[in-house]
Amino acid sequence: MTTETISHDSHDDAHDHHDHKMTGIKRWLFTTNHKDIGSMYLWFSFIMLLTGGAMAMVIRAELFQPGLQIISPDFFNQMTTVHGLIMVFGAIMPAFTGLANWMIPMMIGAPDMALPRLNNWSFWILPFAFTILLSSFFMAGGAPNFGWTFYAPLSTTYSNGSTAFFVFAVHIMGISSIMGAINIVVTIMNMRAPGMTYMKMPLFVWTFFITAYLLVAVMPVLAGVVTMVLTDTYFGTSFFDAAGGGDPVMFQHIFWFFGHPEVYIMILPAFGIVSTTIPAFSRKKLFGYSSMVYATASIAFLSFIVWAHHMFTTGMPLFGELFFMYCTMLIAVPTGVKVFNWVATMWRGAITFETPMLFSIAFVILFTIGGFSGLMLALTPVDFQYHDTYFVVAHFHYVLVTGALFSIYAGVYYWLPKWTGYMFDETLSKAHFWCSLISVNVLFFPMHFLGLAGMPRRIPDYALQFADFNKWVSIGGFAFGLSQLIFLAVVIKCIRGGKQAEAKPWDGAEGLEWTVASPAPYHTFEKPPKVD
Amino acid sequence: MTTKQYESYYVPAQSHWPIVGAVALFLIAVGAGQYVSTLASEQSSWGGWVLLAGIALIIYMVFGWFGNVINESMAGKYSAQMDGSFKQGMSWFIFSEVMFFAAFFGALFYARVFAVPWLDGAGNNAMTGAVLWPEFTATWPLIKTPDGTETTGMGWYGLPLINTILLLTSSVTAHFAHVALEQNKRPQLKAWLGLTIVLGVIFLSLQVLEYAHGYSDEMKLYLDSGIYGNTFYMLTGFHGLHVTLGTIMLFVVFLRVLKGHFTPENHFAFQAASWYWHFVDVVWVGLFIFVYII
Repeated sequence: MTTETISHDSHDDAHDHHDHKMTGIKRWLFTTNHKDIGSMYLWFSFIMLLTGGAMAMVIRAELFQPGLQIISPDFFNQMTTVHGLIMVFGAIMPAFTGLANWMIPMMIGAPDMALPRLNNWSFWILPFAFTILLSSFFMAGGAPNFGWTFYAPLSTTYSNGSTAFFVFAVHIMGISSIMGAINIVVTIMNMRAPGMTYMKMPLFVWTFFITAYLLVAVMPVLAGVVTMVLTDTYFGTSFFDAAGGGDPVMFQHIFWFFGHPEVYIMILPAFGIVSTTIPAFSRKKLFGYSSMVYATASIAFLSFIVWAHHMFTTGMPLFGELFFMYCTMLIAVPTGVKVFNWVATMWRGAITFETPMLFSIAFVILFTIGGFSGLMLALTPVDFQYHDTYFVVAHFHYVLVTGALFSIYAGVYYWLPKWTGYMFDETLSKAHFWCSLISVNVLFFPMHFLGLAGMPRRIPDYALQFADFNKWVSIGGFAFGLSQLIFLAVVIKCIRGGKQAEAKPWDGAEGLEWTVASPAPYHTFEKPPKVD
Repeated sequence: MTTKQYESYYVPAQSHWPIVGAVALFLIAVGAGQYVSTLASEQSSWGGWVLLAGIALIIYMVFGWFGNVINESMAGKYSAQMDGSFKQGMSWFIFSEVMFFAAFFGALFYARVFAVPWLDGAGNNAMTGAVLWPEFTATWPLIKTPDGTETTGMGWYGLPLINTILLLTSSVTAHFAHVALEQNKRPQLKAWLGLTIVLGVIFLSLQVLEYAHGYSDEMKLYLDSGIYGNTFYMLTGFHGLHVTLGTIMLFVVFLRVLKGHFTPENHFAFQAASWYWHFVDVVWVGLFIFVYII
């Protein structure tokens, strides 16, 4: 893709001057600028990552050795629940939305997101939602303790006093996601520079486009199911109570109809990021661009018809078990296409191993491990053995931490020079990578063995034979948690200064975002560039 | 795409309305959370007041925010591209609303097709029926739940049928109003739009009557009368809320028509309100078929 005219910081356009930015807190509260909002999303998600990470460390401290020593079982359950909620809705999803905000307008040559005020609202309701969720720790009965999946009747009949606050917090998170997703869809459909046809869009934009559709389709279903939990708990309905003609298993069906596409909401953007970084550092075009687009769309479509693979042990009819097993395994095909394409992109490329590339390569390998354990879990008969064990925990942490989170790190390191105008500290960032890579495997790999040996998840105590592996898992957990502070140091250092970054600091990088200066001016592409 | 005009896209200046809206939503959530949590305990709750404050603040925000948008639009700052953003945004918003209703329709179908028959021993659940709920017989409407709560099914004739006719008619009148606007026939526009709003208000009033009838001792159809009452009130209730919202939207549009806003070419707000109205109409048709008739 080449560009003819670039008019990023041209002051000659006559339309009225909205670009004097306010200073201080007002700038951030009132902003309509996609870059400001993107930065706020990213910082918010990092704060949430550390908060949820701290909870994970409490969990790992309790599990360091068998027996109950630090926290009560009830508080342990609150920790696992809120850790999950924060990481899913507070860390991973907002981080992706932040990247989308920063990069999509610049990648498609748009002056901003399509609906800038709505964009501000989508962000600012999030901190309020998490304030409500976290404040529930200080309420009578404590925070939600029924797991992030809030299965009925744990979340209805047996829930503690804060369920109403949990429900309304989730409602706000849902509104935020839906509005943010609508903004992304409309921006991509309506704001592309002349000449940028759909099949010329960077794959990053494509994956967010498809992810946004998934969000608009399934977040309302989550809103519906939490509303049913609310009325079952407080208004005497019996959606999930057999005594009134309902069914607790119905909760799982509705929840996972949201929940499975949600899983892809957290991984499709990751595919988009590594599909950007791997070609850049391999100095080759992405292998099989159009097959990547179709694979992403296929995964998104399949994600709607596989939800009950989370429920193989609930006693579904045999036909259901088989249908959901085969559909789930079908997902391995488009995912395999993607992994093949990434490897083929690197094949005979002139690869250099800058930090974003290191995270991307680690992503490809470790995400594939998570994918394979997913394939094992998809097999109905063996899932009866794995269900609700640490094998499941290992599986989804491989796809979410070494998958989604690593891709976010790859993306942040890749675009950090564009955002700050400075190159980050290469040595320190590589230290972040290697510490994370080693500790994350010490943390999650032994969980496979624990699960296969039968250790159940969400349990504060365990049988003695699991002690050694749990010790190593905990050590890996603390090391991984502390390693993330290196990342914080790299980012702060990079914001404060360093080697001046060129407009295009990576020589293999492609795309409109590299045609503007580093740091990117407050307003870019007020006149759209022409794309051939 | 390439044929589209690329005027410079209006990016609004900083606005304080979103943060006002965020605070409003926070107050609504905290107030509603506190109010709901203390429902059963009889103790006085501050939640209701916070909830009301939040609602008041969000109404204030809507006025201010939409006021800004209307002024910008009237000042001619928007391009055709901007109009496209609004239209696409509204369509996807309506799609998300469809999915919200889908969750409740899903619950209805699941309960009718699977859960209730299974409780009576259907499929491979013979023991569920024989051991857990020996007295239970599966019927729909579920007039007697497994734990013995009894209720009555709401018929489709009478009020629901009248309401269906009213709402379907109102969709037609809304369309006539749109045609009148596009042909720049202002008197007809006002008449058709006014008629649409009147039909909406009558629909809502009849819905209130129907609920009063349901809650009477004669029918004993309550929100907590088992899965039939649950799905009945949740589906019709959320639909009623959306009709209320749609009526308010149409009313605001009506006031703007009286002020001389909208041109045959440029009338996004009118279109959005009318799309929304058609959407609640379609949902009602689904409701009428699956909740009342079948």
